[in-house]
Amino acid sequence: MDNSVDSDTEIVSIQNLSFSRGDRKIFNDISLSIPRGKITAIMGPSGTGKTTLLKLIGGQLYPDQGKVLVDKQNVHQLKRADLYTLRKRMGMLFQSGALLTDLSVFDNVALPLREHTTLSESMIRSLVLIKLQAVGLRGARDLMPNELSGGMARRVALARAIALDPMMIMYDEPFTGQDPISLGTLVKLIKEMNNVLGLTSIIVSHDVEETIGIADYIYVLSEGKIAGQGTPEQIKNLDSEWVQQFMNGHADGPVHFHYPADNYHKDLFEN
Amino acid sequence: MIRFFQHLGHSTTSSFAKLGRSFFFLTHTLTASVSVIPRPRLLINQLYSVGVLSFLIITISGLFVGMVLGLQGFYILSDFGAEETLGVMVAASLVRELGPVVAALLFAGRAGSALTAEIGLMKATEQLSGMEMMAIDPLKRIIAPRFLAGFIAMPLLAALFSSVGVLGGHMVGVGMLGVDDGAYWSQMQAGLDFQDDIINGIIKSIVFGFAVSWISLFEGYDAIPTSEGVSRATTRTVVNSAFTILGLDFILTALMFGDI
Amino acid sequence: MQNTKTQDTLVGLFVACGIAALFFMAMQISNLNGFSTDNAYTINARFENSGGLKVKSPVSVAGVRIGRVSNISIDRDSYESIVEMQIDAQYSLPDDTSASIFTAGLLGEQYISLEPGGSEDPLPANGLIDITQSAIVLEEIIGQFLFDKAAEE
Repeated sequence: MDNSVDSDTEIVSIQNLSFSRGDRKIFNDISLSIPRGKITAIMGPSGTGKTTLLKLIGGQLYPDQGKVLVDKQNVHQLKRADLYTLRKRMGMLFQSGALLTDLSVFDNVALPLREHTTLSESMIRSLVLIKLQAVGLRGARDLMPNELSGGMARRVALARAIALDPMMIMYDEPFTGQDPISLGTLVKLIKEMNNVLGLTSIIVSHDVEETIGIADYIYVLSEGKIAGQGTPEQIKNLDSEWVQQFMNGHADGPVHFHYPADNYHKDLFEN
Repeated sequence: MIRFFQHLGHSTTSSFAKLGRSFFFLTHTLTASVSVIPRPRLLINQLYSVGVLSFLIITISGLFVGMVLGLQGFYILSDFGAEETLGVMVAASLVRELGPVVAALLFAGRAGSALTAEIGLMKATEQLSGMEMMAIDPLKRIIAPRFLAGFIAMPLLAALFSSVGVLGGHMVGVGMLGVDDGAYWSQMQAGLDFQDDIINGIIKSIVFGFAVSWISLFEGYDAIPTSEGVSRATTRTVVNSAFTILGLDFILTALMFGDI
Repeated sequence: MQNTKTQDTLVGLFVACGIAALFFMAMQISNLNGFSTDNAYTINARFENSGGLKVKSPVSVAGVRIGRVSNISIDRDSYESIVEMQIDAQYSLPDDTSASIFTAGLLGEQYISLEPGGSEDPLPANGLIDITQSAIVLEEIIGQFLFDKAAEE
């Protein structure tokens, strides 16, 4: 396997990670590495634990085995205070946006600044406006989260995620349930963030088209294992039936259309 | 049969686990509460939603409870020709029992359920998780101010309930049924002791405020983050708060008034 | 969300109302203003039997409350009950005051009623009242009554 990434350019390194929920093994001894300054996508069908992986990287969940290194620090052995310091350098964009519903757009973006810095209020105001301008929502600063559309909420959340100028951003299903215009805006924004701010981006998604369009490197997960990896080109031509089924969205293939069941005829005429 | 024991064992272990989690939650909340002190704005916001918004239901209920006590008390006491002691009866029942207990039950229904639903929904919409990822401790930013607000608001609400109730009893007893005004107040003052009655009543309401805030915040924080989970947690808050209030009331009353 | 100033005002009003209610309970509902031990002097009385008298039972003169019982103990030599009372400093009593233990109503609380005499000299602080009438113990009266009844027959 081509896993020889130089440790200086590697920002997240996952080594032999296993994680299970109840009796179900979500990850079974997987290793992957995410290079600095690139957009890495982690793909897979719903329920393969993509969000779980992000929570493991962020230190919100603990693995059964293996370790997660972020910027050379073992996330799960850090003390609480150190973990919090590390988290200030990682932004995470939740699927729902996770904006605080009792704060306005402006206050939501200002929240991490107010919590973690001692900047003056006028300084915070300028910073918030810069971040909101970057996502094109400077005019929406006085709206409340319930007045925003899904796409706008995600953009505000993105502004909030970059408020502290993190080294990396994790996007949890950024493209799900968006209309074509918001989708285009988000794709453009993620690309821009990565290029202009020099961020590292980790995208977790099952939207093949959009992800292939912007990712530099793709991991495809299936049943707790890495089913395939490579650049978008390599993935497209990968010699794996399963990956081809996933990427092209075939109804039948290694993943059967039918949920495992008894013989149809027998089942139907039994009684 | 084996099923039954399995079920029993499972529910025993899970309730102990929950109890453990709730104590863990409480100690964390208490330590996090210190960080609210330099940021009074967070507390004021919560005092508004916990205290000010409960004000109306508490005072109106207090008024009616006092009026009913005045009416019922008058009919019973007048059989013994002891209408003059109406003041003591109304005030003692309110200050010792009804004030703290009914105010706490109403508080659990009005503010406690709202707290659970709010925290539960914050969890369901990943707001708590999102804060953690922003390196903001939700216990400090969200839970602790609400806990403190409940803890502060409860004694004030109970005092309001009792005071308004005593005035309600006065309205009915003195205003409508003709009990002597002087007797109403002087019998009350002679019959109730500051230390034994008022202070003990306040202690009760402080304990209830602590318990209700703890239960409602924990149920929200521990809720299964789905709409069904949150609605169940809200119900549990009201039910568990009611049981806890009444149970604690018995224990406190026995300790305070019953020379145990 | 309400604007911050309105919210502040309402919270302020709420806290003020709550504190006012606490004051109301202390001053108007209970006897905190009626009597405070800060401004009082102590007197003692000896009773053969202090019955159901308790600490904090009222002490009154002519039906007006002027103090309260602060301690009840027993004299080890005479086996009499010594009742210590706190009397509001604004009331001065003559030194031949007598004390009786009465019951408020048939089944009510017991209290001390002081009956001032005609002496010119005031009772000093920590003074002792000699002339006392003990509590009436209901069982004793009933016993007496039954005994008399039996003796008659």
